[in-house]
Amino acid sequence: MKKIEAIIQPFKLDDVKEALKSIGIDGMTIAEVRGHGRQKGHKEVYRGQEYNVDLLPKVKLELVVPSERTDEIVNTIIAAARTGKIGDGKIFVYEVQQAIRIRNDDRGESAI
Amino acid sequence: MNLLTRIGPLALLAAPASVWAQAAPDINAKLAALEAATKSAQTAGDNAWMLVSSALVLMMTAPGLALFYGGLVRRKNVLSTMMHSFILMAVVTVIWAVAGYSLAFGGSSPYFGNFQFAFLDGVGATPNADYAGTIPHATFMVYQLMFAIITPALISGAFAERMKFSAMLLFTVLWTFVVYFPMAHMVWGKGGLLNAFSGGRIPCFDFAGGTVVHITSGVSALVCAIYLGKRVGFPSGAMKPHNLVISTIGAGMLWVGWFGFNAGSALAANGLATSAFVATHFGAAAATLAWMAVEWVDAGKPSVLGAISGCVAGLVAITPASGFVKPFPAMAIGICAGVLCYFMVTRVKRRFGYDDALDAFGVHGAGGTLGALLTGIFATSAINDGLKNAAGKVQPLGLVDGNGGQILNQFGGVAIAWGLAIVGTLAILKIVDVTVGLRVTKEQESDGLDLSMHNEEGYIFES
Repeated sequence: MKKIEAIIQPFKLDDVKEALKSIGIDGMTIAEVRGHGRQKGHKEVYRGQEYNVDLLPKVKLELVVPSERTDEIVNTIIAAARTGKIGDGKIFVYEVQQAIRIRNDDRGESAI
Repeated sequence: MNLLTRIGPLALLAAPASVWAQAAPDINAKLAALEAATKSAQTAGDNAWMLVSSALVLMMTAPGLALFYGGLVRRKNVLSTMMHSFILMAVVTVIWAVAGYSLAFGGSSPYFGNFQFAFLDGVGATPNADYAGTIPHATFMVYQLMFAIITPALISGAFAERMKFSAMLLFTVLWTFVVYFPMAHMVWGKGGLLNAFSGGRIPCFDFAGGTVVHITSGVSALVCAIYLGKRVGFPSGAMKPHNLVISTIGAGMLWVGWFGFNAGSALAANGLATSAFVATHFGAAAATLAWMAVEWVDAGKPSVLGAISGCVAGLVAITPASGFVKPFPAMAIGICAGVLCYFMVTRVKRRFGYDDALDAFGVHGAGGTLGALLTGIFATSAINDGLKNAAGKVQPLGLVDGNGGQILNQFGGVAIAWGLAIVGTLAILKIVDVTVGLRVTKEQESDGLDLSMHNEEGYIFES
């Protein structure tokens, strides 16, 4: 099992969700986060006072998937989330040791 | 039948003598009744407009100013800032009933009122011809109250995010007695030193409160900002307005409410009220565009905060002039206000480094002073024929009427308003400082005043 963590542009969330659904993935956890990589934020001006906003709003998706589907899912996310501009985000893939469904104590891939 | 035809003409011939004998008192009574009906109709019209105006001016404080200022502070201070406006609707009202109205409008001395109307004694349905002969005295009283409420609320923009609530209450109560009531009496009270329409020695034109409301509050705001010192983290830290949406709603309400403020100052539903309404609207529109244009050129983009700030600056500057100027001079005043206030808040504030948090001085102090002075230029008897000499001849008003000396009178009014605001506010701040203390602690300030002063939060998303 792998955990895919994708940090994407907030406005791409619906596209990514749709794309994942179309390949049969409909379980995920998302969080609204703030951060930046090379994008470096923007400038805001209020009555002449300038503020540099470097932590930008992003959405983080987390999903745990069977190892053999990892590449397919990662490619799906990339295709749906990419605009080609700086700030599109990143994807990280981790090993997952165990998955447990709290309701009935299912273990392993059947729990994800 | 025969009898009737014979008596008829006789009766007619006999009639005139008896009819005319009774006619004189009959017609007189009818005329008196007609006069009373006309007066009552005028009172009905004027009173309806003045009650609506009173409500409009109250709406300027809350929700208008409360939303405008509330959106400009950080999220942790939104409630405390809105409370500064809201609580004054209660505090000043009680003071006004006990003594405030009387100290502003009682008697006929040049500087202060007296206690003749204390506890609203004698303030009822009968008009007070000294001020407004066609509306109930109580309507005039409650209308003026709304001005006394918003004026100290405007100051709160300068000490937002760092003044103790108890200190703010004590400061405001003292401020109304020391600064507002005397200033209102001098400019609008019978026999007031600056009251051009009541034999004042320095005849100053202030239709709706350029000196009384905006200079006193704006200059006091500057004194507060300097005396209290900067907010922790100013100017390097992030102090972005937390919600310009509610600020924009608030500014819109101020614009609408201002019609009650300025057009209502005619104290009747007459042509002068319309004239003030029109001047107010045109001044606000021109100032909005002027601020936006300058900012677009100077900073690269036209901001929403800039547009709404320009609107308020224009409304402030047109206030003293509104019942004296034609529409195009009103727009000229608006343009000057938009440009001046833009540079006040973006350049002058930074140059001198005072933390006038929400720019109460930059907008109300500067805009009010500009408007008061420009009134001396653009005021014309073509709009306001209320100033007459002993022979009843209408007098010229401002420079455009050929009365250049009026500018000096306006300077006099401005100087007295500045002086009273500086001295009065300094003295009050000192008193509050040594009694209850002015500022919250550093921890309270970093927690936010909503939590540290009121045990609340403005926005709770979990529940």
